[in-house]
Amino acid sequence: MNSVIRAEKIVKNYAGQRVVDNVSLEIARGECFGLLGPNGAGKTTTLRLLLGLISPDSGKIELLGEAIPEHARKARLSVGVVPQMDNLDPDFTVAENLLVYGRYFGMTDAAIEARMPELLEFASLTHKKDVKVPTLSGGMKRRLTLARALVNDPEVIFLDEPTTGLDPQARHLIWQRLRELTARGKTLVLTTHFMEEAERLCHRLAVMDNGRIISQGAPRKLIAENIEPEVVEVFGEQAENWAKTHAANHAERFEVSGESVFCYVMDAHDLLLELQNHPELRYMHRPANLEDVFLKLTGREMRE
Amino acid sequence: MNFFALPQLSLRFIPIWRRNYMVWKKMAGPSILGHLADPVIYMLGLGYGLGGMLPQIGGLSYIAFLSAGTVCYSTMNSASFEALYSGFARMQEQRTWEAILNAPVTLDDVVLSEIVWAASKSLLSGIAVLLVIWMLGLSHSLLSLWIIPLSLLVGLCFASTGLIVTALAPGYEFFMYYFTLVITPMTLLCGVFFPIEELPPLLRAASAALPLTHAVNLARPLLNGAIPQHILADITVLLSYALAGYYVSLVLFRKRLSQ
Repeated sequence: MNSVIRAEKIVKNYAGQRVVDNVSLEIARGECFGLLGPNGAGKTTTLRLLLGLISPDSGKIELLGEAIPEHARKARLSVGVVPQMDNLDPDFTVAENLLVYGRYFGMTDAAIEARMPELLEFASLTHKKDVKVPTLSGGMKRRLTLARALVNDPEVIFLDEPTTGLDPQARHLIWQRLRELTARGKTLVLTTHFMEEAERLCHRLAVMDNGRIISQGAPRKLIAENIEPEVVEVFGEQAENWAKTHAANHAERFEVSGESVFCYVMDAHDLLLELQNHPELRYMHRPANLEDVFLKLTGREMRE
Repeated sequence: MNFFALPQLSLRFIPIWRRNYMVWKKMAGPSILGHLADPVIYMLGLGYGLGGMLPQIGGLSYIAFLSAGTVCYSTMNSASFEALYSGFARMQEQRTWEAILNAPVTLDDVVLSEIVWAASKSLLSGIAVLLVIWMLGLSHSLLSLWIIPLSLLVGLCFASTGLIVTALAPGYEFFMYYFTLVITPMTLLCGVFFPIEELPPLLRAASAALPLTHAVNLARPLLNGAIPQHILADITVLLSYALAGYYVSLVLFRKRLSQ
């Protein structure tokens, strides 16, 4: 594999707590790789380690052929970062933000200006070029942050929860742009807790929990390996009672969550016939998705 | 990462300095007015008001005596405010540092840029006060031009020491301790308003260890057309504070930002 990122058994502790626990990753050129996990799973810390912003307590990291964190500065010449929290310069216009950021990469003003129309076009912000950042909408700010991450024409782009807090329209536009980047051969590494995002964008995923990678592979493969292909969700006040007496007879596995029962089955035919006898129960039959895998692997309890 | 590693100097602090300059340019009017108004009010108010009741000090009118102190405490204040309040805003509130550190720039560069930028504000402030001094006819010597590089040095000194406080600060309220317990006593003990010879021996000894004293030691003769007596010693103290401040604040920032 022509890998651009390689991490071997990296460990990071904070105040005696293991935040990243023996994480190994290999990400190929042109791949869109997703780090999936509940809040506090160690996703952001893993990204910061890969970027060389913090040092691992043990383990080895290589980014674009450079040892990290020793040569992080050199590696980051060809890296773009979209952080989780907006950190655009509020005193500057859209164009000034791009200009100032490009200078941090040692680019000349002329070189940045030459890239500017393309970047603005990509972010759909050409008409907002001379507008100050605070007046932009959340989606526009996110697009500007993405354009800023591209100012140095990076080979690898790290995105930490790129669509958190955006409305569906804004989110779809970001997804479209990210697919364009992968189509151009850029390597993308993103963290997310949106299953839909991960399923749509990522070629490969790693599911993280409590600092560890608990499963890794292509979205379809993760679903096929970890979970039955079909799901029947049964709702209603009597759902739990019904589950106790009937679900196990017709489903390989089921989980009760409040007034809902999730039945995981290889073939839903028998289960659906059985449900015809219970008009008081509503149900939905659907293929298994990444969220099912995620909940199976990381559990249903709240993470706070 | 070794928090205690010596700083690695590079020219990458320049684009960060330019970023701060670009922000400042947008608000240059009020900023320059601030640099001028404060020292003018002090010099006119205290210099003429208080000075009218005072005899000459070492052959200088009180206002001329005060002018050297004013240059020094103005440049000290400019760098201190920039390094504490604005520096903290860039580090914490606006997350400017976080954005910059994702580029091929290290914390060593970012902290250096903060120091040089805050010292640039001191330079501006020093030039502003010098112009006022000239306009009021309080200095007639070409030696007074040395106030310009001195302002930069005083700025480097107080920017780096101020950044230690920024690195430790949980929030803006914390800065009150520094201004109340360090900057204000320094202003009163270092010969800004009266000669340190007036102080009791213990305070005089304390005063000799404070950087502002050495800035005043240099500024007062220069404005008065004389060559300072202990140039090397005074410059060494100011530079030592600057270098130690850079190193200590960098170590503290490395710790803080590795969390």
